[in-house]
Amino acid sequence: MINKVVSSADEAVKDIPDGSVLMLGGFGLCGIPENSISALLRKGVKELTCISNNAGVDDFGIGLMLQTRQVKKMISSYVGENAEFERQLLSGELEVDLIPQGTLAERIRAGGAGIPAFFTPAGYGTEVAEGKEVREFDGKMYLMESWLKADFAIVKAWKGDTSGNLIFKGTARNFNPMMAAAGKVTIAEVEELVEPGELDPNTIHTPGIYVQRIFQGDNYEKRIEQRTTRIS
Amino acid sequence: MALDKIGIAKRIAQEVQDGTYINLGIGIPTLVSNFIADDINVVLQSENGLLGIGPFPDEEDIDADLINAGKQTVTTMNGSSLFSSAQSFEMIRGGHVDLTILGAMEVSENGDIANWKIPDKMVKGMGGAMDLVASADNIIVAMQHCSRSGASKLLKECTLPITGLKCVKKVVTDMAVLDILPEGGFKLLERAPGISVEEIQNATEGKLIIEGDIPEMAIN
Repeated sequence: MINKVVSSADEAVKDIPDGSVLMLGGFGLCGIPENSISALLRKGVKELTCISNNAGVDDFGIGLMLQTRQVKKMISSYVGENAEFERQLLSGELEVDLIPQGTLAERIRAGGAGIPAFFTPAGYGTEVAEGKEVREFDGKMYLMESWLKADFAIVKAWKGDTSGNLIFKGTARNFNPMMAAAGKVTIAEVEELVEPGELDPNTIHTPGIYVQRIFQGDNYEKRIEQRTTRIS
Repeated sequence: MALDKIGIAKRIAQEVQDGTYINLGIGIPTLVSNFIADDINVVLQSENGLLGIGPFPDEEDIDADLINAGKQTVTTMNGSSLFSSAQSFEMIRGGHVDLTILGAMEVSENGDIANWKIPDKMVKGMGGAMDLVASADNIIVAMQHCSRSGASKLLKECTLPITGLKCVKKVVTDMAVLDILPEGGFKLLERAPGISVEEIQNATEGKLIIEGDIPEMAIN
C-alpha cells in the first residue's frame, strides 16, 4: 500500500500557492476540515477561490479566512450564517457565485468523475440560468452545467488509513466524498488514522485512490450552529 | 382570527399522506413534522444527506456530526440512512421525494415561487430550494398571506428574483388554503377560522377563484 501520511496540517498545506482554487468539505460547520483551515490561516495564503457549500460563521470555519481577507472568491449555495460574508459581498470586496446546492454537489461530482457537463432542471427560468444553454428533454426544460475541479481539495473524515481510504460519520459526509475526487491534490484530515487492514473494505466511503495526503487532526471543536434538543 | 405559525403547520400536516418521502424546509415546514397523525408513516429527508430524520436529541445524545439542513442537531431512527449531498440531490432530482414543503416570500398565480433573494438587501443564497422546486411533483408552500406592511404576497407575477417556475401546487397561509390551478389562478379551498372570503379577496393580488361556499379550516 502507498503511504500518504504527512506529519501535520501545516505540512499538508505548505505548497498551496496564492491564487489557488480550493474545495473545502462540510455542510454548515458539520464535517469541515478544522485543522487544515487553521493551517491555511497560519500560512497566510491569499487570493484564494474557495468552493464550499457554506462560508462558515464569522468566527469559525471559512469565516475566519474571510476575516483575514485570504479569500478572493467564494463558490457556495448558502451563506446566511455569516455577517462578514454578507458585508464583503454587498460592498463588492468579495466575488461570489451562488449555486443551487444540488447543482453544486453534482458539478463537483462531475469534476471527479470526468463528466464535463450535464443538464439539470434546477434554476431554469431564474437568474442562475443566465448565459447557460437550455435544452428540452421529455417536455421539461433543463440547464447545462459544467464540472468543477480544484487545485487542492481539503476534506475531513472520521476514520482513515495511511493509504487514504476514508470513512465519514453521520451527516459530516455531505460534500466531502465528491470533493475528495475532484481535487488535483486531495488532503484528508481524519479524527482517527489507522494502518491498512484495520478498516473493513466493505465500509469505505472514499477509496484511497482519491487521496494524496492524509493526517490525523487534533483538538476538534466540532462547533454546533443550532443546538436543538427534545425539550426546546 | 388568522393562523399563527403553529396553525399553518397543523393545517399542512393534514396534507401529508401515508407512505411518502418528504423534504421539509426551514421554519414553519420543519414544524409540520410535530403534527403528523400517529397513523401516518412518512420518512423525512434532509438534503445534506439523511433519510429518516429522528426527533431532536436529548442533551446527552447531541452529536455535532448529525444535523439537519437547518443545521439543527437531530437523531437517526430505526431505518434511517446516511449518504452524500450528491446522492441526496440525485434522489430529489430523480423524483423519488414525493412532497416538498417550503416557505416563500412571494408566490404567483401560475405557481412561480420567489424565496431566495432580495436584491441589495438580503443575499443568503438559494441553498437547495431551486433543486427542490424544479424536481418535486408536489410542492406545498407555507407562508404569510401579506407582508408586515400589508402588501399581498400572492401575486399575479413575482417581483423578487424567481426560485422556480410553475411549480407550486398548494399554498397554506395564515388566512387560507389555496390550490394553484394548472391553467393559473389561486383556487380558494378553505378559510382560517373567522376570516371572511372578502378579507382573503382583499389580501390576494393574484387571480382568486371562489366557487360556492368556502368552509373554515378544521384545526385541532
